[in-house]
Amino acid sequence: MRLRTLNGEVAKIAAARGDAPSRSLADVFSRDTPLAYTFIAPAFLLLLFLVAYPFALSLWFSLSDARVGESGSFIGLDNFRRLLGSSIFLQTLQNSLVFTAAALGAKTVLGMALALLLFRIARFKRLIRGAVLLPFIVPTALSTLVWWWMFEPLYSVVNWTLKALHVVNRDIPWLPDPYLAMFTVILVNTWRGLPFFAITILAGLVAIPREMYEAAESDGAGPIARFWYVTVPLLKPVLAVVILFSAIFTLADFNIVYVLTKGGPMNMTHLFATYSFALGLQSGQIGQGAAVSLFLFPILLAVVFTQLRLVRKATTYE
Amino acid sequence: MNRRGRRAWRSVFTLYLPVTPFVLFALFPLYFMFVTSLKKNSELYDPTSIPFLIRRGVTFGHYQLLSGDTLFWSWFLNSLLVSLGATIVSVVLGILAAYPLARLRFPGGDSFGVAIFVTYLVPPSLLFLPLTTVVNRLGLSDSLWSLVVTYPTFLVPFCTWLLMGYFRTVPREIEECAMLDGCGRVQTMLRILLPVAVPGVICAALFAFTLSWNEFLYALVFVSPAELKTMTVGVFSELIRGDIYYWGGLMAVAFIGSLPIVIAYVFFLDYYVSGLTAGAVK
Repeated sequence: MRLRTLNGEVAKIAAARGDAPSRSLADVFSRDTPLAYTFIAPAFLLLLFLVAYPFALSLWFSLSDARVGESGSFIGLDNFRRLLGSSIFLQTLQNSLVFTAAALGAKTVLGMALALLLFRIARFKRLIRGAVLLPFIVPTALSTLVWWWMFEPLYSVVNWTLKALHVVNRDIPWLPDPYLAMFTVILVNTWRGLPFFAITILAGLVAIPREMYEAAESDGAGPIARFWYVTVPLLKPVLAVVILFSAIFTLADFNIVYVLTKGGPMNMTHLFATYSFALGLQSGQIGQGAAVSLFLFPILLAVVFTQLRLVRKATTYE
Repeated sequence: MNRRGRRAWRSVFTLYLPVTPFVLFALFPLYFMFVTSLKKNSELYDPTSIPFLIRRGVTFGHYQLLSGDTLFWSWFLNSLLVSLGATIVSVVLGILAAYPLARLRFPGGDSFGVAIFVTYLVPPSLLFLPLTTVVNRLGLSDSLWSLVVTYPTFLVPFCTWLLMGYFRTVPREIEECAMLDGCGRVQTMLRILLPVAVPGVICAALFAFTLSWNEFLYALVFVSPAELKTMTVGVFSELIRGDIYYWGGLMAVAFIGSLPIVIAYVFFLDYYVSGLTAGAVK
């Protein structure tokens, strides 16, 4: 850019002078390889020994009859075969799908609504943003404990309120009833995950150029049309990333279910993580437990694959 | 009424009224936690009293019970030590790994970047069973070291990812200038890049600390002696005895256990927001 403002000769000299340091910079780059490896080594070794190795170990466990304290021997796909024939596991599979689909749906819709509101709010902006973000920051195990107290059979504040408002006239068994327990678990997951959706979608909204809306408005698009034909299409990449990202951590949720229901009543709220915990640690069947947790892996792969593709697409557009 | 006044009134109905349920939904459990922790048992377990309010006097009895009769302060200290240890390790490793990924070209760099990204997405619940075995073999089970060592498995990818993005926003030119003046790579990183990237480092450290403080699964699985538990796990060991739940005490722990994070959050709200979005967008 600057070269264009100079006259030709000066530009040539500058270019020639620019060459020399850039060549030495190239040298620096090639000399940097050992440095790069030295810098990366600690993180690499950590992830090798504490992520890659345990993962391989988990694959081995799932193919063995390992129990706590015994290394076990190879039994092929028996664990998976037994799981697919077990009604508890099939229930877990179904629970996981219901839980993830419902929680993701609720978080997406509510997150979008909240983000649109936050985007337009000018007064008390920091205060309101700060307040709605809080559930994501507070330790989940501790905040879930409060939810447990709020749905406690005898003193539930939710039931008290519903009775005071004459919506119901007797206590609703939130946690002892299998379907209501699933509802409660989904509710708490939504409570905790909503801020992440809202704030990320909000960042996406901020990035949409104002001219797009102005153009749509001058073409006669009302607020609803602008939402469907400008906001949603332009938010798609952000939405995709948020939903995929959250899909993994919603499906892999442990804390909320463990604290609220321990997978009960009658295994109706078990997810992969809690069932794997129950099998692998509480009844000591590490092989079976590992096999259950590995059901998280396909979705992980799918998400990684799609996200990498999205990232690549985004960088080629830039 | 003038136009501005009318606009303001409209925004009350179209913005502030609709956002109220969201704010209440977010804050009510935290409010209820606090109120419960200060209520006398006689009021707490009286089905006819209004649960939202404290009308028969405030008590600090639940906090005294915690402080005197449980290992509360040990849990607090354990959480603090583990979180600080894991945060320092992760931020240092994160800076070291992020720098070459953001700045240097070297064989295998792209694959390592992808590997970091993949491990960033691995949920702890996928690895806790084999990690138990690894922790046992390292002789670390039932010690706080097991947590200091394993928390970085999810913190390092996060810090690296975040810092890599941050380093990339710093213009290359300022480093090139320093290097032409004879600074080596390492010196340039320490003296030029890091001071500029302090906000990124703060953000990484805050998130690492928050995630460690909040961690539950590994802390539950790797450490069983009551006096070595962290806050999130310890609560469940002493304040629930069989069928008896000390709700006042439980809420008191939940409150104090959330407090350090909430305080950090209030002071560094902007860092939290930027860290949250950096995680998913870009």
